[in-house]
Amino acid sequence: MTRLGVFICHCGKNIARTVDTEALREKAATLPHVVLAKDYLYLCSKPGQTMIADDIREHHLDRVLVAACSPRLHGKTFAQTAQRAGLNPYLLDMANIREQCSWVHIDGAEGTEKAFSIIKGGLGRLLYAEPLEPFQSPVTKRVLVIGGGIAGIQAALDIANSGYEVYLVEKLPSLGGHMAQLGETFPTLDCSSCILTPKMVEVSQNEHVHLLSYSEVTGIEGNIGQFQVTVRLRPRYVDETLCTGCGDCVPTCPVVVPNEFDQGLGARKAVYLPFPQAVPAVYTIDWDACLNTDKLIICENCYKNCEAGAINFLMEPQEKMFEVGAVVLATGYELMPVAHIGEYGGDGYEDVIDGLQFERMLSASGPTGGVVRRPSDGRIPQNVVFVQCSGSRDPEHGIPYCSKVCCMYTAKHALLYKHAVPDGQAYVFYIDIRAAGKGHEEFVQKVMSEERILYLRGKVSKIFKSGAKLVVWGADTLSGRQVEIEADLVVLAMAVIPSSGSQKLARTLHIASDLSGFFSEAHPKLRPLESNTDGIFLAGAAQFAKDITDTVSQATGAAGKALSLLANDFIKLEPTISGVEEGLCRGCGLCVSICPFGAVKMLPSTRTGAMVAGINPILCKGCGLCAAGCLSGAITLKGSSFKQIFAQLEEMV
Amino acid sequence: MSEGFRVAYFPGCTLKTDARDFESSALAVARALGIEVAELSRWNCCGTVYSLDAVNLMPRLASVHNLIRAEEEGFSEIMTLCSMCYNTLKQTNNLFTSKNNGLAAINDFLCLKPGYSGRVKIYHFLEFLREKIRPEQVKNLVVSPLDGVAVAPYYGCLLLRPKEIAIDDPEKPEILTPILSALGAKVIDFPLNNECCGAYQTAMHQEAVVRRTYRIINSAQSEGADMIAVSCPLCHYNLSALQGLVRSTHPGLKAMPILYFTEVMARAMGLDYRTGVRVIPQDVAAAEARLRPSPNDPGREAVK
Repeated sequence: MTRLGVFICHCGKNIARTVDTEALREKAATLPHVVLAKDYLYLCSKPGQTMIADDIREHHLDRVLVAACSPRLHGKTFAQTAQRAGLNPYLLDMANIREQCSWVHIDGAEGTEKAFSIIKGGLGRLLYAEPLEPFQSPVTKRVLVIGGGIAGIQAALDIANSGYEVYLVEKLPSLGGHMAQLGETFPTLDCSSCILTPKMVEVSQNEHVHLLSYSEVTGIEGNIGQFQVTVRLRPRYVDETLCTGCGDCVPTCPVVVPNEFDQGLGARKAVYLPFPQAVPAVYTIDWDACLNTDKLIICENCYKNCEAGAINFLMEPQEKMFEVGAVVLATGYELMPVAHIGEYGGDGYEDVIDGLQFERMLSASGPTGGVVRRPSDGRIPQNVVFVQCSGSRDPEHGIPYCSKVCCMYTAKHALLYKHAVPDGQAYVFYIDIRAAGKGHEEFVQKVMSEERILYLRGKVSKIFKSGAKLVVWGADTLSGRQVEIEADLVVLAMAVIPSSGSQKLARTLHIASDLSGFFSEAHPKLRPLESNTDGIFLAGAAQFAKDITDTVSQATGAAGKALSLLANDFIKLEPTISGVEEGLCRGCGLCVSICPFGAVKMLPSTRTGAMVAGINPILCKGCGLCAAGCLSGAITLKGSSFKQIFAQLEEMV
Repeated sequence: MSEGFRVAYFPGCTLKTDARDFESSALAVARALGIEVAELSRWNCCGTVYSLDAVNLMPRLASVHNLIRAEEEGFSEIMTLCSMCYNTLKQTNNLFTSKNNGLAAINDFLCLKPGYSGRVKIYHFLEFLREKIRPEQVKNLVVSPLDGVAVAPYYGCLLLRPKEIAIDDPEKPEILTPILSALGAKVIDFPLNNECCGAYQTAMHQEAVVRRTYRIINSAQSEGADMIAVSCPLCHYNLSALQGLVRSTHPGLKAMPILYFTEVMARAMGLDYRTGVRVIPQDVAAAEARLRPSPNDPGREAVK
């Protein structure tokens, strides 16, 4: 015989103001199977919980309905109460009479009537509830970090220093990411590579870190606690174990191509080290540029000059497979190509460059040795125009968001330009100055007031070439005038966009990304470090444009999240997931295409051998889409079965 | 191209008055290319200048009337020559195809049964040339090639803005390049080829338009242009008629011939199109005459 208990919460006045809790209790007590009905000021308080637990034991209640707030708030609280009282927590349910009732009603009679209907529905649902048990899954105590920029390096270091193994996978030949390209960092003007390279060395020398550079993650299977990872190691054509980094291979290489590390401003050979402090300090042959092909060896200059015998033209791609328990995504950003903005000349003008190119110019190790020179003729520019929000905050160019770092780095660029060319004139076009970080506003104010830089509030409408100069047309909205500037160099603070390949990775990992292509966090406020797939964490600009400070903070946070997962030998998983009644499944596979988490697969039935749907209990999030979609009613969402839902509806209407 | 296709033609008022040479040259070129151009039997003003007022639909009725007539006459496509007519008709028609449409309101107001469907497609002549004519077809008809005369195509704004109705990339228009190249011209790409000429400001703020005329011509000239090819009667007027005023402030500016692109085509194809109605200052006409001797003129070498 079912023994139901109903507990009605006043939530102070939150519920009691519009719902007559006393009348409700009296009516609830008359409902079938209800042996006990009570109302109380705050059920979530300790005395409130104790009362429920005591009543469960004393009155031998086998099912309990708590009519209070949303289960999103206190579902866990009352589940624990039930557990303490020896009742299976899935036999305690909540009826939401606050958010869905008292808060949205003014009239007391109406509110009370609706609350009663919600309680009746809840009881109907509860009658068909079944006891469920959470289950466990083991945790592999290793982490994969994808991306070797400052975010990935920081996350890998934090995890490795806690004693866990880390696989750090970087697409390019060297660690470092964009931070390695920067000259000085705002607002303190620290030398970027000076503070980064020690970390690069540290991570590469850490005994717990397996560094896989020039490699890409090509596959991830499995789920939280057990991800099976496949990494493709691109052939360097230089044996990492033999290369001494002496550089004797470079001088005789006949191929010269633009150096990506210098954003195309400088040149490198086909055999190259991206930059002097590269980690690993191993040379790489750019096979696309090299004269040799897989079929034909035309040039052996580097091979002949390598005393260590490290050059190997026959090297082939390798695959490496391993298992990890957690993944940190730190794939970073890139800049929107200048070519996307036709009114600024597309990429047709050599002297219209982007922010990263200007960083390389300012860098002492850059292509101009730290001297600011025009790419077209090498002259030192006397008039430089900086254009903020180039592409950003501009839905016309597809980017509605603010790229967050440009106000700061443009101020830094203008300052460093003035220090390099004191008699030069710098102009900055801006929409608003957004300098919200620590010391940021002070930095911008100092640049504006002390450096004689002309800040113009307005957008640039057109940039075109006139002789050797560039003509910049813009508006100064503060004086209400059109502005025309003859510039020698224009630096565009191009929009920050997710790095290319991040969409492919998102598909490989089954994680969501937002409209702009950045990886989506599980909750914008409360779970900013987690993706919507358990066990995959986010760090740095892969989640959204951010500066180094925020990137490092988020990387450490993501590492912490991964570590708290690794601290457990097993993870406990909710049992409220889908289950398949194999006898009813007709093997159509509709559920496989419906499931957004890749949790459903067609597998041979253990009884008949026919292909039927199988649910991976670890991947299943319990959304119920497969159950709703199943044409033969073979799938049931545990804790929300059709029986329960229909019973709830019948009682309510 | 399927030889000999037929297209409905909406002329607009200027093509029947000041820009008669534009119309006659375009019709001659079309005929030579095997395009049968059928002028709508009834039409009225296109509505000149698409109104940006989202609430008041009245300024759009003139356009709608023309679209309805095209549909009544059984045309699913109409072609324009004037950039302004193209812009106004196309933008109005887009009202009927966009989600937030004024279709019902306008049809109700006009008491039309069944009402205008919104299905008529508006094309500019240049789009026809791009989509249905291969450059070699133009080349085959050239009898007096331009032989390297530097022609700067000028698009202005009406063919390119707003970008929803643009016939080409608004920031880097190139639709005239293959045609002019086929005529033997050296095509000059100049940065201000998509700048507004000043349009109707010429009536109220002439000084502003004079400044723009100077900028545009000067920009084309410094890129080496011998002439500018346009597709809009208003651009044609501003760029040619105001050159005298420009010289009062910039005496050094050389007279720049301004021709409709169809005139450039017709001349190279040796087609007779002149109607005798042209509104062109003397010095511009003189510059044009210097530029374009007859095919057998020995002075031609000098132009090269």
